[in-house]
Amino acid sequence: MVWLRLSLRQLARDWRAGELRLIAMALIVAVSSLTSVDFFTGRVRQATELQATELLAADLVVRSVEPAPPALIEQARALGLKTALTVSFRSVVVVGEKLQLAEVKAAQAGYPLRGRLQVSERLFAPATTAAAGPSPGAAWLDPRLFQLLGLEAGDQVRLGAASLRAEKVLTYEPDRGGDLFSIAPRLLMNLADLERADLIQPGSRATYKLLAAGPAEAVADFRALVEKREEYDIQGIRDARPELRSTLDRAEQFLALAVLVSIALAGLALALAAQRYAVRHFDNCAIMRCFGAQQDMIVKLHFAQLLFLALLCGAAGCALGYLGQQGLAWLMSSLVTRPLPAPTLAPVFTGLAAGVLTTLGFAMPQITRLKRVAPLRTLRRDLTPLPPGNLVIYPAAVGSLLLLTLWQSSNLELALYGLLGLLLTGLLSFLAARLIIRGLNGLRAKVGSAVRFGLANIVRRAPLSAAQILAVGLGAMALTLLTLVRTDLLEHWRDRLPEGAPNYFLINIAPGEVDEVREFVQARAGLAAQTHPMVRARLTAINGKAVNPDDYEDEEARMFARRIFNLSVAETLQEDNRLVDGEWWGDTDDILFSFEDEFAKTLNIARGDRLTFAIAEQRVSGVVANLRWVDWDTFNVNFFVVVNPGALDDYPATYITSFHLPAANKGLLLDLVRAYPSVSVVDVDAILRQVRSIMKQVIRAVEFVFGFTLLAGIVVLLAALQTTQDERRRESALLSTLGAGRRHIAAGLFTEFVVIGLSAGVIGALGAMTAAAVLAERVFRMEMSFNLWVLLVAPLLCALVVVAGGLAGARRVLSVPPLVAFRET
Amino acid sequence: MSKRAASPSGVLTILDNISLEVAQGESLAIAGVSGSGKSTLLGILAGLDLPSSGAVFLDGVELTGLDENGRAELRRRRAGFVFQSFQLLPGLTALENVMLPLELAGDNAARELAQQQLVEVGLAERMAHYPNQLSGGEQQRVAIARAFVGKPAILFADELTGNLDSRTAGQVIDILFRLNSERGATLVLVTHDSSVAAHCSRKLTLAGGRIADPEGGA
Repeated sequence: MVWLRLSLRQLARDWRAGELRLIAMALIVAVSSLTSVDFFTGRVRQATELQATELLAADLVVRSVEPAPPALIEQARALGLKTALTVSFRSVVVVGEKLQLAEVKAAQAGYPLRGRLQVSERLFAPATTAAAGPSPGAAWLDPRLFQLLGLEAGDQVRLGAASLRAEKVLTYEPDRGGDLFSIAPRLLMNLADLERADLIQPGSRATYKLLAAGPAEAVADFRALVEKREEYDIQGIRDARPELRSTLDRAEQFLALAVLVSIALAGLALALAAQRYAVRHFDNCAIMRCFGAQQDMIVKLHFAQLLFLALLCGAAGCALGYLGQQGLAWLMSSLVTRPLPAPTLAPVFTGLAAGVLTTLGFAMPQITRLKRVAPLRTLRRDLTPLPPGNLVIYPAAVGSLLLLTLWQSSNLELALYGLLGLLLTGLLSFLAARLIIRGLNGLRAKVGSAVRFGLANIVRRAPLSAAQILAVGLGAMALTLLTLVRTDLLEHWRDRLPEGAPNYFLINIAPGEVDEVREFVQARAGLAAQTHPMVRARLTAINGKAVNPDDYEDEEARMFARRIFNLSVAETLQEDNRLVDGEWWGDTDDILFSFEDEFAKTLNIARGDRLTFAIAEQRVSGVVANLRWVDWDTFNVNFFVVVNPGALDDYPATYITSFHLPAANKGLLLDLVRAYPSVSVVDVDAILRQVRSIMKQVIRAVEFVFGFTLLAGIVVLLAALQTTQDERRRESALLSTLGAGRRHIAAGLFTEFVVIGLSAGVIGALGAMTAAAVLAERVFRMEMSFNLWVLLVAPLLCALVVVAGGLAGARRVLSVPPLVAFRET
Repeated sequence: MSKRAASPSGVLTILDNISLEVAQGESLAIAGVSGSGKSTLLGILAGLDLPSSGAVFLDGVELTGLDENGRAELRRRRAGFVFQSFQLLPGLTALENVMLPLELAGDNAARELAQQQLVEVGLAERMAHYPNQLSGGEQQRVAIARAFVGKPAILFADELTGNLDSRTAGQVIDILFRLNSERGATLVLVTHDSSVAAHCSRKLTLAGGRIADPEGGA
């Protein structure tokens, strides 16, 4: 085991001599980018999965669109379970002239059955644990709601017909984890006040939950009992929350791809640094071979040395990743509605393993060269082992990246696409860089000698220069793209609703109030509001076959299959709709459905299919008569599924309407809410603003992750500089001997770095603009108006970064006297 | 033993039918003009390279019959080296450079033995210095200390004064021969400096890859 001891010693010596700094830097960047994301997503995952009972606020939750029948509650109690009922819905909270949409939860005494509520007496005061929920007449409000409405503890708020005292600030709610990222803030009230508020009408959009807790056998018995009834949705400790999990999975996979880019660049830096390390160790190895070290020993020694280094840097990267995740948590803090648990140590293992894997894939092929150093090199320095073949380098690098991606994203298809996309982007950028470099050659005759020296440096080392441009360019591309999305795209996306488009929706209008509300709006604002009925239904069968969400591969389809959605009634085709298949209906006694075509496609539904919907406890069956295209951008009320007139007359419905209300007329909403307390006002502008702000915060978090990519790009730059350091020093010494001043040499280097930076910036900006244009068209469905400043700012910033990094990395070239340079290189 | 190499103008004979025996404790100087094949001969004798034909024996073991690892093992146990360009590892201190052969052999007393050896070559004050902080003469003394620290039975030296001025070269030669006589090691050195060759018990001159003075060979 001589080699093991020797490898540790050599590690210390090489570290001291500065030979390992860039390898270490590259490894630390790779591991910290990976672990910061892993630590953070691990915390979010824990928050949603690990404390499942507390997340449910019960052992079992029975969810339905109708109140749980008393008999069911009795059955639970008879089994020895504690129960509590909650009703959740969205409604408008009114304070003076201010309206604010809130997620209201009305809870029975006893709630929560598991976990504890936390409250504070006023905003920003320390939180304490509450023994029970709010008493009748009181409401506990989310801090955000206190702030939005300008409330002080003890103020009165109106909710529907009821006036409630905003008693306490609600800081923690165990079962809020289910909707970890939510749009509207919470108002918690006592169930006893719900009737007084007069907010819930038959058919209103509300979720009823029966919470139950008690001995495990009793819970299992009750579950078995409920499972027989399909109108209930059961959530137990072991039931994953599929929607949330898939959102989280997708977010994790996306971040994993972001991390992959950083690791790939760090790997490139690692390969360059390892190549230089190998070249600089030829003499060492020749001497060692001369003194009797066998080939195996040389390999084992360097292998062990790099593994030790990978583990050390892995540990350092984990520590930095831990700090990084706190940055991520901070960036996302206002979106996460519950405190995140402390991170687990699992990412440390991943980080260390990733460090080792990256080293094996990128550095080892270079290091194996040392095995072939001939001892005769001590007498003949020209004996240099051949560099490893491309057949070794590329498969090892791509293989290790693929393994890491697979491990991180656990989705083979996405991993392959991500890697392929990255390789393609890399290849294109590399080719673009080579093209630019070729173009530079023509400039050489037209410029002064210092600039020519700089250009010649780039051209002569074309592949290396292209690698530098590629590395910085990819980092710049990612960051520019995110900036474009955050600023240009999101700022302008739904910035202003289309002229005259509805900016308010009224929902939960009771059938008996429809005419009155319409008249109210007509009288006060001169608007002829069109109302549409909405009946809450769940799709239960297609052509006689029961709908099972798990039969769908597409995540969106599963969500739709599970969801309760609104059926509406239409006599004629709306103006913003167009038939794409089938005929519009005339007078008929049959029950016919009209589906939005994309929605039908997602659920595999075609014209002529026979569908069954469950409405409350009844069944409605009919045939799909036609498919429609819907122009959602009009912001008019539109439905995925509409039914012909008469078909839904016997079912509980509420009505919805929308209109465009000029800002000057907003006062009428307050009177409307006072007159019709059960009607909810939805402010489209406010919701769009909220969505934009959430997206911006998410993008900032992604930018943070891509910050590592830029960092990795800079390490590539430094590694490439280091690779050529000896050559540069010799050349500079020669120029200096021939009479060139320091300024002349510096000007040459400056030119080189400026050109590399500008090229990287141009490639990054062009790539980012292309990607942004695709996103604008495909995702945001808007015209992208290009801000040409990107083409100016990105290259300038890149040039700045590269010049700063480059001159710092090349300062030895300038500062060492020629004689020393000749002797040392 | 002969050594041939391919070149653009055909096969080049570097060493032509050399026959040579060096006795234990003997010191042999290999002299000759540049390109006469001195360094190639030294490399083959030390097992750093193989002849194209013929055989080489070191301590009764046929070097040419061993694979690269076998030759490395033999070098580790029996041989020491001093080179014209010193070949000190720039990242290691003088002491660490001298420790290296002992470390490769897994010797636990590497540090103490290396320190003693550096004291013997007069570098007690320079142990923590890096090669670039030492003069040429000092660097070569470190190389000599490194060569002797493993108590080799045979020492190979390639133009060890080639990069030194005459006064420093004299000092280095004195140290080398003093240590060599104390240890009773066999010494094979390549030089084109007749004063260095004069220190040796036998001199062999190469010309065009052949032994020019028949008395030199055996």
